[in-house]
Amino acid sequence: MAEKLKLEVSDEIAIKVESMNKWFGSFHVLRDIDLTVNRGERIVVCGPSGSGKSTLIRCINALEEHQTGQIIVDGTELTSDIKNIDRIRSEVGMVFQHFNLFPHLSILENCTLAPIWVRKIPKKEAEETAMHFLEKVKIPEQADKYPGQLSGGQQQRVAIARSLCMRPRIMLFDEPTSALDPEMIKEVLDTMIELAEDGMTMICVTHEMGFARQVANRVIFMDDGQIVEQNEPEQFFRNPQSDRTKLFLSQILGH
Amino acid sequence: MSGDNNSFVRKEMISERIPPTTERGLVKWVRENLFSSAFNAIMTFVSLWFIYSLVVAAAPWFLNGIWDAETVRECYDLLDGKSGACFAVLNERFPQLIYGFKYPSSEYWRPNLASVLLLVALAPILFRKLPRRLLAFSAVYPFLAFWLIWGGSILTSVSAFLGCVIAIVCYSRFSSRSFAIAVLISLIAANVWWIIGGYIVDLNDSILALKDVPSRDLGGFMLNLLLGTIAVCLSIPLGIALALGRQSDMPIIKWICVFFIEFIRGVPLITLLFVANVILAFFFPPGTSLDLILRVLIMMTFFNAAYIAEVVRGGLAALSKGQYEAADSIGLDYTQSMRFIILPQALKISIPGIVNVSVGMLKDTTLVSIISMFDLVGMIRGPILSSTDWNGVYWELFGAAAAIFFVICFSVSKYSQWLERQLETDRR
Repeated sequence: MAEKLKLEVSDEIAIKVESMNKWFGSFHVLRDIDLTVNRGERIVVCGPSGSGKSTLIRCINALEEHQTGQIIVDGTELTSDIKNIDRIRSEVGMVFQHFNLFPHLSILENCTLAPIWVRKIPKKEAEETAMHFLEKVKIPEQADKYPGQLSGGQQQRVAIARSLCMRPRIMLFDEPTSALDPEMIKEVLDTMIELAEDGMTMICVTHEMGFARQVANRVIFMDDGQIVEQNEPEQFFRNPQSDRTKLFLSQILGH
Repeated sequence: MSGDNNSFVRKEMISERIPPTTERGLVKWVRENLFSSAFNAIMTFVSLWFIYSLVVAAAPWFLNGIWDAETVRECYDLLDGKSGACFAVLNERFPQLIYGFKYPSSEYWRPNLASVLLLVALAPILFRKLPRRLLAFSAVYPFLAFWLIWGGSILTSVSAFLGCVIAIVCYSRFSSRSFAIAVLISLIAANVWWIIGGYIVDLNDSILALKDVPSRDLGGFMLNLLLGTIAVCLSIPLGIALALGRQSDMPIIKWICVFFIEFIRGVPLITLLFVANVILAFFFPPGTSLDLILRVLIMMTFFNAAYIAEVVRGGLAALSKGQYEAADSIGLDYTQSMRFIILPQALKISIPGIVNVSVGMLKDTTLVSIISMFDLVGMIRGPILSSTDWNGVYWELFGAAAAIFFVICFSVSKYSQWLERQLETDRR
């Protein structure tokens, strides 16, 4: 077990979710979610599948629409106003389970597209930024290849670099290692740990409990569309309060 | 287990050898493809015999073919009872087959030049490696071709072109504010210019004027090529727009697109052409008449666009939801995500379908012969076959028409296969 990351968390609020509800048709998928994330926090969200954890972070950058309650990201409230949504999305980076790189564009083009067209940064500068972040995720030599030529772990690191190129203030990770072979999980987690060390605000849906212990300053356990328990990782793992949490932890830590 | 019998160490490495004669080159190919089993061998011989008898039967007809004669009777006299083709009709009626029978023969250089320039204009669109500056010529080409084929003052084309330039400039000036406003302003500006331009053209219509050729004088294969090229070029953007409209979240736009596509697809093209020919005139105010070629073009474009829309919809549906979400999550707006992420991939998937539909459209241009336009088939069925000189030379004429269409359609399909290979970047 690597050493626990110690980082300052500022008082400034990055994300505030207040009594938010969401339904898929008549299925009540998120129920009265209240969550405040301060700048610099690293939050791990876990829970059984179907508990709504992916939906929660997808609501934060409006990939899913919430029906009642409030979501305020970086001081901007998420409404159906498309201008607000686009602004928030360009401030919030998202990494998906299945990478979702653009297969028809080279790695470099994947990384420069949004900076050039959304941020209106000159092409040359955008390419320099892209190379900087590709070096950070340790694959600058792949810049001219296409996503299909890379391994899963490499693709996921490119996906992280692509998000970083927009210089987001918040990063969301939706099970970033679930689709990877075991030997590739580490390289992606290492990249994420490095990101945390730089002070990035992160919300990460994951089942990597080692990562949670090492990096997170708060672990949130969700079940049945609600937040069941949240605590510091030490307390959360050593001394879970709710029966559901105990059951979940015994299932995933049992083997 | 370890014993003397089981241990082995190679002293000398085996060098590479060529495979036995039965396993290489032509012998291997013949053995595997033609004589792999008794049944296969029999089928090979039957096929060879079939091809042989076909060639033997058809060869004299081609070889004895008469290329030089004035009438079909002269042909038969020259053949003197032998079986043979009368290709002389192609020779003698060549201008009619290509240009129709009314296009002034002194002006044949104009469609010729237009079709050569068509290749130049298409080249940078079809081949990405060519310098992008050539696209400027592609943009000018439609106006140039209009002037060449229909004649009249070049000012008409220049004015139409400037109207389009004005529209584009207006659009790019205002597009940052709102898409709808930009479209509206550019439409108004262009129309205002066209009205002014119309007066200017009327004032001096003799500048660089070519002899006027009215639409009803166009004919022959030139007409097929004209209708096919324009209908295909216009229907691809329209089809894409319809496909996107059909996916739209806005119900009214969606319904309009669905209704348009389903209606057009549910009606035979020939019906639409009859509508264009006779019925459409009722919908215009009395006294105005839209050129017949224009009416036919509108119908063909609509027809092809409806089919292309469905092909593109298939391509859009084939993309994973993740691509849409990834494009959204990095902050691209709708236009950007369509332009850079969704359409390049969806269209790549749709290439075979689009080409399939478009090649069909190119061939279906011959249907205009049924509404008494004299395209290639119209010329053959009408003026040529009904003339006493060439009565009854069906095989030669329709064979030639088939050959012309085959060459063009086959090239198009070869190009599309090449393009698919070029765009194959997501190989795994």
